[in-house]
Amino acid sequence: MSEELKLSILNKLESENSIADTKTAFVDVSPETILGALKSLESQEKVNYKTLTTEFWTIEAEGQDQIDNGSYEARIFYAVPAGEEGITIAELNSKYGKVANLGQGKAFQNKWVKKNGSSIVRLVDSIVDQIKADLEVVQATGTHPNTNVIRDLKRRSLIKQNKVLSYSVSKGANFSTELRKQATDLTVEMLQSGAWKKAEFKKFNFDSLGVNPSGGHLHPLMKVREEFRQIFFDTGFEEMPTNEFVVSSFWNFDALFVPQQHAARDLQDTFFLKEPAVATELPEFWETVKDVHEKGGYGSIGYRYPWSQEEAKKLVLRTHTTAVSSQMLYKLAQEPYRPAKYFSIDRVYRNEAVDATHLAEFHQVEGIIADKNMSLGSLIAFMDRFFQKMGITKLRFKPAYNPYTEPSLEIFSWHEGLNTWVEIGNSGMFRPEMLRPLGLEEGVQVAGFGLSLERPTMIKYGVDNIRALVGHKVDLGMVETNPACRLDKKMGKEVFQSAVETAN
Amino acid sequence: MPTINIDKQDLFEYLDNQYNTAQFRELCFEFGIELEEDTSEKFVLAPGERAQLKIDIPANRYDLLCFEGLTRALGIFLGREPSPTYRVAHTENPHRIMVSADCAQIRPFVVGAVLRGVKLTKERYQSLIDLQDKLHNNLCRRRTLVSIGTHDLDTVEGPFTYEARRPEDIRFVPLNQKEEMDGHRVIEFYETEMHIKKFLHIIRDSPVYPVVYDAQGRVMSLPPLINSEHSKITLDTKNIFIEITATDITKVNMVLNIILTMFSGYCSEPFTVEPVEVVYPDGETLVYPNFERRTMTTSTKYLNGIVGVQKSNDEIIALLNKMSLDASLDKKTNAVSGLLKKMSLSDKSEDSQIIVKVPVTRPDILQECDIAGCLGIAFGYNNIPRAQNNSATVGKALPLNKLTDLVRKEMAMAGWTEALTLSLCSHDESFKFLRRTDPGTEAVVLANPMTIEFQVCRSTMLPGLLKTIRENKKHAIPFKIFEVSDVVFKNPELKGTGAQNERRACALFSSRMAQFEVIQGLLDTIMQSLNVRHTRKGAAGYYLAEAELPTYLSGRSASVVYTDEDLNEVVLGSIGVMHPEVLVNFELDYPVSAFEINIEPFL
Repeated sequence: MSEELKLSILNKLESENSIADTKTAFVDVSPETILGALKSLESQEKVNYKTLTTEFWTIEAEGQDQIDNGSYEARIFYAVPAGEEGITIAELNSKYGKVANLGQGKAFQNKWVKKNGSSIVRLVDSIVDQIKADLEVVQATGTHPNTNVIRDLKRRSLIKQNKVLSYSVSKGANFSTELRKQATDLTVEMLQSGAWKKAEFKKFNFDSLGVNPSGGHLHPLMKVREEFRQIFFDTGFEEMPTNEFVVSSFWNFDALFVPQQHAARDLQDTFFLKEPAVATELPEFWETVKDVHEKGGYGSIGYRYPWSQEEAKKLVLRTHTTAVSSQMLYKLAQEPYRPAKYFSIDRVYRNEAVDATHLAEFHQVEGIIADKNMSLGSLIAFMDRFFQKMGITKLRFKPAYNPYTEPSLEIFSWHEGLNTWVEIGNSGMFRPEMLRPLGLEEGVQVAGFGLSLERPTMIKYGVDNIRALVGHKVDLGMVETNPACRLDKKMGKEVFQSAVETAN
Repeated sequence: MPTINIDKQDLFEYLDNQYNTAQFRELCFEFGIELEEDTSEKFVLAPGERAQLKIDIPANRYDLLCFEGLTRALGIFLGREPSPTYRVAHTENPHRIMVSADCAQIRPFVVGAVLRGVKLTKERYQSLIDLQDKLHNNLCRRRTLVSIGTHDLDTVEGPFTYEARRPEDIRFVPLNQKEEMDGHRVIEFYETEMHIKKFLHIIRDSPVYPVVYDAQGRVMSLPPLINSEHSKITLDTKNIFIEITATDITKVNMVLNIILTMFSGYCSEPFTVEPVEVVYPDGETLVYPNFERRTMTTSTKYLNGIVGVQKSNDEIIALLNKMSLDASLDKKTNAVSGLLKKMSLSDKSEDSQIIVKVPVTRPDILQECDIAGCLGIAFGYNNIPRAQNNSATVGKALPLNKLTDLVRKEMAMAGWTEALTLSLCSHDESFKFLRRTDPGTEAVVLANPMTIEFQVCRSTMLPGLLKTIRENKKHAIPFKIFEVSDVVFKNPELKGTGAQNERRACALFSSRMAQFEVIQGLLDTIMQSLNVRHTRKGAAGYYLAEAELPTYLSGRSASVVYTDEDLNEVVLGSIGVMHPEVLVNFELDYPVSAFEINIEPFL
């Protein structure tokens, strides 16, 4: 059938040079079938075609009823007998029901009938049922010469607009009346027989999408982690063993010179453990730490409060990976001095209420640099380079407070979308009260910086709710469709946003 | 980080209207505080309502917690005003607080001072109240360590006593009340009051409550809860008596000094405070306040080195002065070093000793590094020249994480999708839902979780992945998901914490059929990638040993056993078809097969 149709289209073109409208040239063929044939012919460049749209009106069920039985107002008129008596409204309503309601108004408006007391009487002897006549015109011609009539009939839901598609066709670049079977794909048989040499291949539609591959997928947060790790490796950082979620308060707080009354050590901020509840032992230098809290030392006056060993032994889920960094620095101090750079990206815990931006656990990115020449100036220079690798070039630094670093700073970056500075991380030079008890010699400065992994991931992947990124509520569909992580390139919403800006 | 509210117009007038909100925000940024909000930018103010600036103050800067302190510090920072000198007046017969021996068991310390000839206005009065509030919530650790009482000195009569008495023996009308109450009634009365309620626990169960009396036996305050109505401060108060009680002697001095330095500017003799003597039962008499400035020594070389600048002695001194620090050259040591330099006996780099007198308003300055921090702020963090740190170090991955990435990528390449689940879960999810009983030796249990979702650290990866399938019902089957991450469990043999992490690889398959061969195929693929052969017991490689495990369907589960080159066997984990009851517990409709193995033996 379709081969036949294609041939008759080609033959008609051959004889008439063009087809003005397929609707009239191929009356019995549906537009869909015509289109199929034309698309196939067009792909072989045998024809060109343009779509024609013809609008026409058809009669709705209610309209058909009025063609068959007269308009509602006409039926009312005929229901009213001639003469002074007329018909009572009650009788009219009971006899004609819905029609009585729908037709009365129009019949009054047309001045065909009028009310006379409780009755309705005729005003004229005869009428012309114009509605019925108009509907018959529409039924016969598909339209009506008077657009006001069309509008009125449509308003009364008696007619409905329809569209019919047809096509005008002209000869294509490779026009011929000969049809050749097109190959849809290259097959092994064609290779073996050599048939591929003569085969005509069906053109691809390059606007359509391919078939989804059935491969696996890595989680976006882990992809961002990979990108950060690469930046750390590039800049000479060694990865720390952070596979230790349970730590003593000593390593999490005391060794970092966080006083025992600090707010971070409250029950509402930190997860303490019930089982096991306390560390069996503290590192041998615990008394040095006790002294620096109680009495100071290394040029410090200390916090001057009674330090409790019991408090230091309480086990916690680490609130930051610095609980591990401090252990690494302790190990480093046992060896002869060498400059060192360490990093980690791992889970940390906060006993916080969960909301769109906070989870009880999140991933902290942390780097530390131990070096004799470290200054605030070289720390800032390093921050510049580090964040530049993430594609963040506009940074500035705000003085801040942190119990274990001084000078301390918050890192802000310029956010193009929000048109403001946003905080992206923290940094600082570890205090001597922390470093010296760990055994690091005077003059060795250690700078640290930290940020959350989730925040840049949410920005890069355009995720608004952290629970859609981490945890069992993550949509696996999101994991399967998210792009590769390229921190130095625009991604996700950023691309979309800049495309919109360019368009504007 | 405390946030304070400051009247915008008053503040800007103080700064001679040289700043608009945007410029002031920049000033804050450089100074290390943060303008969070200008209420007039965010809301339409009601007629007569004054715009407020909400400013975040670093948690250690108690001297910036009120209008008086903030404007003074900014004024000094901008070079508009000198640092005031705070003085203790010489008084012939200072007021006394006699401490009774019983206080030692409940709240041992008390200090005091008098602000004489104060001019209070509505704003100043409110500022005094707000500052006490901020201090109580931060430095005073919600009044557990320190609590402040302020009184109209002219309504009471010294000498005062600080005692510890049985609650039934204490009778007074608390602030803003009409009813006279005893100690028990006070506790009962404030049980339902939002503000005071949270402090009741500090003394409630003590046999005696701390209480401050005047010479006529009138209660002035019941620390740390409430002052008395009788001695309350009004706008007409001229002389303010301050008593502060504490369990921490260091912090009580800080609090006293902050209150006094902030508000002594309103005294008839500005910045001058009248002392109070505290007499302890053993006769020891201490005089408060102590306004003596702490002397610290530092050096220009150290300060320049930490900040990363090259400033001269004079420049450093000027910059530190901007931070309310009185800095000067140490003439004695510098004379010696100058002499040595002249004789070419010392290196050429300039290094001078600097003496810094730290005012009592800056208890946050503990060590030289804090002075370096001040220098950085005064110079401007964003003005510091970028210096390259060129020490060469070598990047290196943690072997365990390298192994983890290898396994993760193999699984993804095999067509599985990575999940990322929480490491905390409920006790039921970890045990009962998996048809396991808690042996008591496995789970690390949290002491203070806010929800039952976080009762234990996961000791198996299964609950998180099962929940992931539960939450993804609209996803087409089959599910092929995995995660490589840590579980945590008790290990009493481990010194220190007695708990340890273990790196696990876990994968789940779920479809119309359990299809054990699919999950097994993934396990085989991982083993292959790790160069571990499928073998039988007794040979190096891995094998599956049928095992009855409650989480899995009977007869459909096995232990995954690894035999190393030295023929040591270790059970890596388990594999099998999930027990249908487990599926019901996790609200799953389709069969699930799974494996979970420890990957650390492959390090």
